[in-house]
Amino acid sequence: MAQDNTNVIDQPEVMQPRMVSIEISGKKYDVPEGITVIKALWYTGQEVVRGAGCLGGFCGACATYYRTKDDPKVRTCLACQMAVEDGMSFTIMPPFPARKATYDIQALKDPKQDLFNLYPEAPLCRNCNACTEACPQKIDVREGVWKAVFGDFKSVSEMFMDCVMCGMCTPVCIADIAPNLVALYVSRAQGARFTEKPVGLDARIKEIQEGRYNDEWKKLLKMSEKELADHCATVK
Amino acid sequence: MDIHALQQIVHQTRDARRKQTIPKFSPADRDQLIHKYHPDYRASAYRPIRFGPNADEKTVVELATLLEGDSLITDEMDLTPQYTTDVLVIGGGGAGCAAALHAHHAGAKVMLATKLRLGDSNSVMAQGGMQISVAPEDSPVTHFIDTLKGGHMHNDHDLLKVMVEEGPSIAKWLIELGVLFDRQADGNLHVKKGGGSSKPRLLTCSDYTGLEIMRVLKDEVLNQKIQLLEFCAAVELLSDEHGQCTGAIFKDLDNHRFVVVAAKSVILATGGIGRLHIQGFPTSNHYGATGDGLCLSYRMGAKLAHIDTFQYHPSGAVYPEQLVGQLVTEGIRSEGGHLVNAKGERFVNELDTRDVVSSSIIRECEEGRGIRTMSGRVGVWLDTPLLDAEHGPGTVEKHFPAMMMQFERFGIDISKDPVLIYPTLHYQNGGVKIDTNSETNVKNLFVAGEASGGLHGRNRLMGNSLLDLMVFGKRSGLTAASRAASMSHGKLTVQHLQRFRADAKKHGNVSGVTSPMILPAYTRKT
Repeated sequence: MAQDNTNVIDQPEVMQPRMVSIEISGKKYDVPEGITVIKALWYTGQEVVRGAGCLGGFCGACATYYRTKDDPKVRTCLACQMAVEDGMSFTIMPPFPARKATYDIQALKDPKQDLFNLYPEAPLCRNCNACTEACPQKIDVREGVWKAVFGDFKSVSEMFMDCVMCGMCTPVCIADIAPNLVALYVSRAQGARFTEKPVGLDARIKEIQEGRYNDEWKKLLKMSEKELADHCATVK
Repeated sequence: MDIHALQQIVHQTRDARRKQTIPKFSPADRDQLIHKYHPDYRASAYRPIRFGPNADEKTVVELATLLEGDSLITDEMDLTPQYTTDVLVIGGGGAGCAAALHAHHAGAKVMLATKLRLGDSNSVMAQGGMQISVAPEDSPVTHFIDTLKGGHMHNDHDLLKVMVEEGPSIAKWLIELGVLFDRQADGNLHVKKGGGSSKPRLLTCSDYTGLEIMRVLKDEVLNQKIQLLEFCAAVELLSDEHGQCTGAIFKDLDNHRFVVVAAKSVILATGGIGRLHIQGFPTSNHYGATGDGLCLSYRMGAKLAHIDTFQYHPSGAVYPEQLVGQLVTEGIRSEGGHLVNAKGERFVNELDTRDVVSSSIIRECEEGRGIRTMSGRVGVWLDTPLLDAEHGPGTVEKHFPAMMMQFERFGIDISKDPVLIYPTLHYQNGGVKIDTNSETNVKNLFVAGEASGGLHGRNRLMGNSLLDLMVFGKRSGLTAASRAASMSHGKLTVQHLQRFRADAKKHGNVSGVTSPMILPAYTRKT
């Protein structure tokens, strides 16, 4: 059916977007105002392989440094979640060579103490707060590192639930801590070692292993298509 | 008028709308609506595949074209392998990581290759949760029945039974790895009720379930020192003289060179196809979701199932431009949020099924009652401030914190202003046909996750994909590893390509398209 134009707002912006001047890795381009940083890269004809992931703010692939017009402050963002504005300058951050400790989460003897073996730099935090300022997810990273060191693993795991592992906290740390990796270790330890075992889950696994549902399955899987559809309709 | 002025009609009509009740469609009206407006019923968007294992079956034009596409690989290519492994996993999302970890644990030498980074996938974006029957009043059988109903009774019974029965042990495995599922006060797993389910069954990690699971799985793949091949896109599979799968050829996206990997068995976990933007739809999918695995398996002779059905989530964001295609949770509608057209009218019962709601939104927009944004997109309003009006101030902020934050980044307070939405391409219901060990009809070729088909029938129930990934990731990993232990490496050939090309020629295929697509063509050429 043809589109009825009565409610269509064909604004000038649709036909001729307002262009803004931006700088990508030091080179100037004109792009439509309001598109995301990643779309600005595409608009300027650049193929993006590194620096694009989920495009929805969940994966941390597009960690980016940017600066706005006449402001000396360099800030951080996720390129898929940030709109460009006139005079903006940005560059996508390459993966930072942080050291990830390797471990067997179940075999650790004392996960709270082991933190100091796996990440010996963690207690060296100098409280500068640069990590917190760099976090695009607004996590209080510095507080998290302190809590990890003091063994409050539960708080850390809650604080870092929305960490997208972009790693932007790492290059800014003057004590060479990779706070996101420390937090990941702490969260895994919290989940695997310090959280109560769900009794109901174990009971269900046992029931299945012992064949508690076998009769029901037998009956169900023998049904004709019609019988099965009728039976399904009774389950509300 | 700009979009902010147009929003006023939602505020002006709110009180009148609150007094209205919109009945659900009668079965006949519902059928008529869906047949006229649901994208799955647009005859013009479909065409038969001309040759190959699914010859004459219909699918969307975009996919059919890629399935018939030619390989980048020539018959004369040097197939001397750069790497040799027991199990080759292609894809670094949930299914790929689970497959790699289980195959590694079973003693196989494993290589995991992925187009982008390890972990980049749709899995990481899963917010809703993971369906596992852990509640006392629930059971695997009830999970089976709910899923069957959701899939319009077209689900493969064997696959489905395996999935629901192995769910609880998968939850245990994830907990042992350190995944922090939400808990009840008594320490048991907290479960939420998802659309189409008769019992609360969704395990969640706040509204970051996929992110939390993927953080842990990725970390574990690194801890186990599984060999990785990142930024390498699979462009062809390898086969021996009997047509069995023996490895794959990749294109290294950094230096554009081909990489040949010899393997005893191959697990494809390449995900879905949202980024093909079939029928021009925006998508909630990951950048790399271009259906590569379907093309590769199809050329090799693997049969596909249910590839004519896709899931369109009714509420994808349309404005601001930065959020286009991203999901606006169904929770808003379940708590009473109205869908409102440009005239300020409601036009559907918001709690009707996803296909009905999607179809009626498309109807409003096609008949000129949609709202156009500055960038030319069209959508309808979702009245989010209504929740505060209905249930008291602060409701939106309290119940949907992640969504509040997502829109706040762009200066939009969704507790004060409605949001603009339109259906978004969300999930590929079908895929490569597999058996309960995740194996295809091509020997030693396994497929797991969204790239596989049959389990979800013609419509997937919320929360079932995260479980699908883990169960069939595990099964493919274990079977591929045990198979590899008892066999030697096969010949590396591209004989299947010669067959495929001969077939294509016979059918006059001169499309000139090469597949897989690898990455969507977003880069501006002029």
